Order: sequence, then C-alpha cells, then structure tokens
Amino acid sequence: MSQTSVNHRAAGRRVVSSVALGLAGALALAACSPPGGEAEPTAEPDATSTGGATAAPVGDVSCPAEDTTIKAYVETGFPIFAELAAEFENQYPNVTFDIREDQFAVITQNAPRTLADSDTDIMRLPQMSDLASQGLLLDLDEYAAAFGWDQWPSSQLEQLRVDVEGRRGDGPLYGMGLNFSMTGVFYNKALAEQIGMTEPPATLAEFDEYLQVAKDAGLTPINQFNGGATGGLAFPLQGLMASYGPPSDINSWIYLQDGATIDTDTNLQAAEHLAGWIDSGYFAEDINSIDYSQMMSRFIGGESVFIFNGDWESGNLDTQMPGEVGFFLMPPLEEGGQLGAMSAPLTYGISANAGNPDCAAFFLDWVATDETARTITVEVGGSHPMGPVDAFMPEVDPSSVTAQTLAAGATVGENNGSMDFIANATGEIYAKSWTPNLQKMVAGEQTAAGMLESVQADYLEQIGG
Amino acid sequence: MASTWRTSTGTTVPAEESSGDIRSRRRADRARRLRAGLPGLALVAPALFFYAVFVLRPLAATVQYSFYEWDGIGPSTWVGVDNYVRLFTDPELIGPIVNAFQLILYFSIIPVIFGVISAAIIRKFGSSKLALASRTVLFLPQVIPLVAAGIMWTWIMATNGVLNQGLALVGLDGVTRAWLGDFDTALPAVGVIGAWVNVGLCMLLMLAGMTKIDPALYEAARLDGAGAIREFVSVTLPAVRQELGVAIIITVISALRSFDIIFISTQGGPGNSTLVPGLEIYYLAFFSREIGQASALAVALTALVLIVVLPLNRLTRTESTS
Repeated sequence: MSQTSVNHRAAGRRVVSSVALGLAGALALAACSPPGGEAEPTAEPDATSTGGATAAPVGDVSCPAEDTTIKAYVETGFPIFAELAAEFENQYPNVTFDIREDQFAVITQNAPRTLADSDTDIMRLPQMSDLASQGLLLDLDEYAAAFGWDQWPSSQLEQLRVDVEGRRGDGPLYGMGLNFSMTGVFYNKALAEQIGMTEPPATLAEFDEYLQVAKDAGLTPINQFNGGATGGLAFPLQGLMASYGPPSDINSWIYLQDGATIDTDTNLQAAEHLAGWIDSGYFAEDINSIDYSQMMSRFIGGESVFIFNGDWESGNLDTQMPGEVGFFLMPPLEEGGQLGAMSAPLTYGISANAGNPDCAAFFLDWVATDETARTITVEVGGSHPMGPVDAFMPEVDPSSVTAQTLAAGATVGENNGSMDFIANATGEIYAKSWTPNLQKMVAGEQTAAGMLESVQADYLEQIGG
Repeated sequence: MASTWRTSTGTTVPAEESSGDIRSRRRADRARRLRAGLPGLALVAPALFFYAVFVLRPLAATVQYSFYEWDGIGPSTWVGVDNYVRLFTDPELIGPIVNAFQLILYFSIIPVIFGVISAAIIRKFGSSKLALASRTVLFLPQVIPLVAAGIMWTWIMATNGVLNQGLALVGLDGVTRAWLGDFDTALPAVGVIGAWVNVGLCMLLMLAGMTKIDPALYEAARLDGAGAIREFVSVTLPAVRQELGVAIIITVISALRSFDIIFISTQGGPGNSTLVPGLEIYYLAFFSREIGQASALAVALTALVLIVVLPLNRLTRTESTS
C-alpha cells in the first residue's frame, strides 16, 4: 500500500466525517422546535367544549348512499366486533368495514398516535380521559340527542363522559359501548358439587366456607391471573370492596373526584379479607406467574373450582363447557345485603379526524337497537347490550352461563352496585401501583394496609402531576 | 493524525520552491484529496443517510425531548433539567438500574467464563464431529430470536414446566416453584435465560481467538511439562485476552440495556423485581406518556453504558499492547 493512498484515505475520511457531522447538525437543528409545538398558556378553554371536536348538528344521521368504507381499530381475540360488522355490511351493502386488530395492551399504547395521525373512524378505547382532553375524540352529545341515547339509563354512559378537567362521570360524551360487561365469580359445577355447593353462596362467610372445603378436599379453590404486568387480584379485591362498603365511593375515586380516597376503613377490611384468602392458600400457589390465558385454560381444564372474571367469557364458556359453568356475584356480608360488580361498557369512540363520523355513529346506534345486532351481542359477546331498559332481548338457554350473567346484571342494576374498574382511575395506576402491590401481597411482602396507602400515594402523585 | 502522515510522505517539497508555490501546491493537494475522497463518500452515502436518519436524528431528538414535559401528542413545555433531577431523586427510577447491574453477573460474567472453558474444550476435539456438534448446539441460542427464547424459557420455568418436572423426578419437589413468579428467583431466572443466550456468542469469539494461537506454543509448553490446566492458564488465556475484552463489553452492554427477554418473560414483575431501565423507558413513554422523562432515562442509560464500557475498553487495549 503506497503512502499516497493512505494519505488520500485519511483525507477522504476527514471529508466523510465532516459531512456526517454537518448532516447530524442539520438534522439536530431541524428538530429544534419543541416537540408537538409550544404549549400556549394564553389559550382560554372554550366554554362549550373541553377542546374535543364537536359533531356537526345532525338531523337524520345515517350512512351515505354511495359506497363507504369504515376504518375500524379493534381488539383481537374477541369476535364480537367482526360479527357485528359483517351483519351490518349484510344489511347495508354499500358499507364496507376495514378492520385492523391488535391486543388491548398494544391499542393502549397506540391510541393517541392512531387517533392523531390516521383517519380511523371507530376505535376500541382504553382509559379515555387523556384522549378526550387532548381533543382526539369526537364529542358525541349531538348524536346522543339525535339517536335518543340520552333516554337510556344514565349509568350506562356515565363512564364515557369526561369533563374539562379530565375527570370522568360527567361532561360531554366521548364514547359508546358495544355492550356493557360485568364481573363476578365463575365456578365449575362438577367441582362445586364435590364440595357440596349446589347453589351459589348467599353470604361472604358461606363463600369462605366453600373455599376452605375445596382446599381441604385437595382441590385448587381459585386460579387467578396475577403474573407479569397484570394484577388480576384486583378483580376479587374490588368485588370485596363493594361487599364491605358503598360502590359509589369507589366510583368517585375512579372518576378522580376531589378528596376521594381508596384508603378507607371498609376498603381496608376488603383488602384484609383478600389477604386472608391468600394466607389460607385458597389461590393457586403460582398465581404470580400465570397470565390471563393460562387462567382460562386451567379453568376450562377443570383445574380450579372458581375464577374471578367477567361476562365477556360467558359466550366462550358456553361453547367450551356447555352447561358446566355457573356464575354468581361476589356475595354480600349479609344475605340480601349490599353488593356490587365492576361493570363497564365495551368502549368504542369516534376519532376527531374520522372520515365518516356520521356512518360510524349510525353503526354504534344500530348495534344497540337492531334486533339481530342485539342477538349477536348476547350470543357472541355474552354481555348485556346497550340501550333502553325495555329493548328487545334474545332468548337465552336458561342453563347457560350467559343466562346467569345477564340475570346477575339485573341484580347489580337494582342494587345500584355498578362500578368502573379500579385499574382505570388513571392511565398508569394499574401497571405502576395495583399490579406490583398485589403481587407483593401474594409474596407476603406487602400488607393490606400498606397496599392501600401506597396506591393512594401514587394516585395523588399521578393526578397532581 | 493526518499531519503526521503528511510529513512522512515521500512527496517532500524541493528546497528551491517559493512559499507561493508551496501554498498553491498544498491547495492542489487538498483538491486532489477531496476528489479522491468523493467516490468513497458516494459509496458510504446511502449507509450514511440511513445512519443519520435512523440513528443520529433520533439520538438528537431524544436528547432534545429530555428537556421537555411532553405527552407525545399535544404541545410540550420546557422544563430544563427537571427530568434529570427526578432520575436521581425518585427511588422508583433507581431500582431498575440496580437490577440491571445485578444482571451483569448472568448476562456477562457467567457466559464469558463458560464460553472460555467450553471453547478450550471444543478446541481440544479439533475438527471432529463432536466439536462441530457442540459448537452448533452452543451457538444455536444466538440464532433464535430473543422473543422465541423468552417464550420457550417461560414454558420451561412454569410451575408444571420441564424444569420443575425434572426436579420432582429426582426427588427435589421441595425446591420446585414458579421460578419467574417468585420474588427471590425471578431476577436470577431471567438472568439464566440471558446467560443461555450469551454463552454461544462468547464461545464463538473465544474459539476464533484460539484458532490463531501458534500450535508450537502448546508443543513447547508440553515439552516443559505443562498439564492441560497450566496450558490453559499460560498459553490459551493470554492469547485470547482481546477477544475476552470484546466478549465482556458486548455482554455487559446487553445486560444494561436488556429488554426483550424480560418483556416477554416477566414484564418487570412480580412487583418490579425484574424491572430494568429499558423496560422502564418503554413504560414511561408508552403507558405513562411521559416522553420527556422516558427520554431523560434513555439518555442517562446511554451515558451509563458508556461510563461502564469505556474503562473496560481501555483495559483490554492496554493489556493487548503490553
């Protein structure tokens, strides 16, 4: 190798490195404006809306007569949306659905960007207060008035209202449910018979006894997902909270109402009751490592007597174990006493950038009012359709678990016991607080009191910051 | 560096030339060099473009974001170094860093030791079928995507997985547990997956280093009466010092910035016992939507990796020249 070529190479390297530096510098400069634009402290909040786009005044809202494509972004693993869309296409042949599916965790991460950057019309929504206050969702109040959604029981849509401060429970409507689901206790009828449980326990004490009998009989009383980032013990915990104290207090906490706290006496009793179950060995030993699908496959495989879950599995269980599964709500302290259940609409929203907002809203109304759609909702989804109390209900086989969950839904309604999920209070309360604390409680590294204190501290930090 | 090249070139300037000639000559030199550099520049331009767009620009943007409070969508607010201050004051953000350092044991130290020993043994077999087979088996984990490795190991370590079945078979029912769901064993269990993945890389690096050792050295050692262990310590180990350095650096980096395996197997659980900085950055950015705080942690992690790795790099360099 000659000296000159080395010389050239060194020079070439200098040129290249200076060009690279220049390029990097130029790119860095180009990126120098604040991300997303500067915050405008002078912008005054609009008195009439929370910053979300408002639907145009509507008279007779429906889908256009020409060919229309509705872009939907929905949760994978639950066939209900696809079935409803197919039936809608059947009834309105000029409308086609373009459906993209992802896991719920992925939707949670993508939601703001998808809503901001694409013309998705209709989308499965995660915790929605941030999305609404960022103006990414369409305000559906005009549609609610046009379709008469405001005549339905207000509890159905309460969770989907977000006010100017990002608190839920009140304010403009930013979402709509395909159905509303509810949680409680599923049990394997054959195993329940083995422990002498011929009908659901009427009180919590009775439930405790059955758990002990199951344990003594060498069965695994409860399998519950609690591994990874999914603290599934929040299900029984919230059920217990509603047996010990008023569900409305829990809702105020979830809706971020002023002065609300999770660290109350009755919630402490509930958490201690749960800790008692853990100490008595009523849960499978490895719940800190099992995920949702493992819990389901174990339950379907007959490996546990009970699971705490929601009626979104009713349809599935009726297919997989027809006639073999029962359902009851977390029992009250005294027979006929107060009880409650997590109950939430399967939330869908319309994007502020939607290309066909009218057609999307028309579809959501059709889901709640069309008889075929309501039948699909019950048979495929297993949950109660949205809509007025006296609306059409399909015939359901009385021995199916779907029939039991639908009946339980009515009981919750009568008791005013419907609550949103404690994991939905803030965007990160589940992953950052409930899950680690519940997992620590299983491992004996956290007490019931310590958990509530810690969750409340995180909650205040999150809503303050 | 370039100036030393220039003085050492054969094209020395004749004494009788005037200073003006020298200047013009230098200018011509520079122009020629630039011309000669252009084809080279053209060749690297495509790669450089992608490097700039996908590495340099995101890097600059991350540094910039770290000074803002931003949710990723709406307007942002300049907060100066607040995000960095929180890194050092919030115990929740320090825990993951401690975990990452513990992982160095599993991701780096164990695989390097195991890699050196297995390479030395495989080298003894020469080019026999056994050597080929063991090389393939040990290197296979490097070929498997980390996500697949993570899923496979969660099955192995599940309550009714192969590991517990094996333990029960030999009468060790007492120690069986949900390895990834137990506060005491989750981090080591995740570490074992990392060790399994990294052993292949270390072994291959060591083998490459060992093939360049002069066989005469071994012969001489043997003539001097050295046994297998003496041979390993006095001949093999010093010869692969440089490869050892590379293996340590690569594996230490993989420990500090680990993400995939943990995301698949434990997602940081149970109760944050396997939370590492990479995962925390992901949670901050995509769940908490604190892009600024996530960026600050990412910048800090990059700095941390450099702080840990640069001295290691120097160590191996001086050792190899001494």
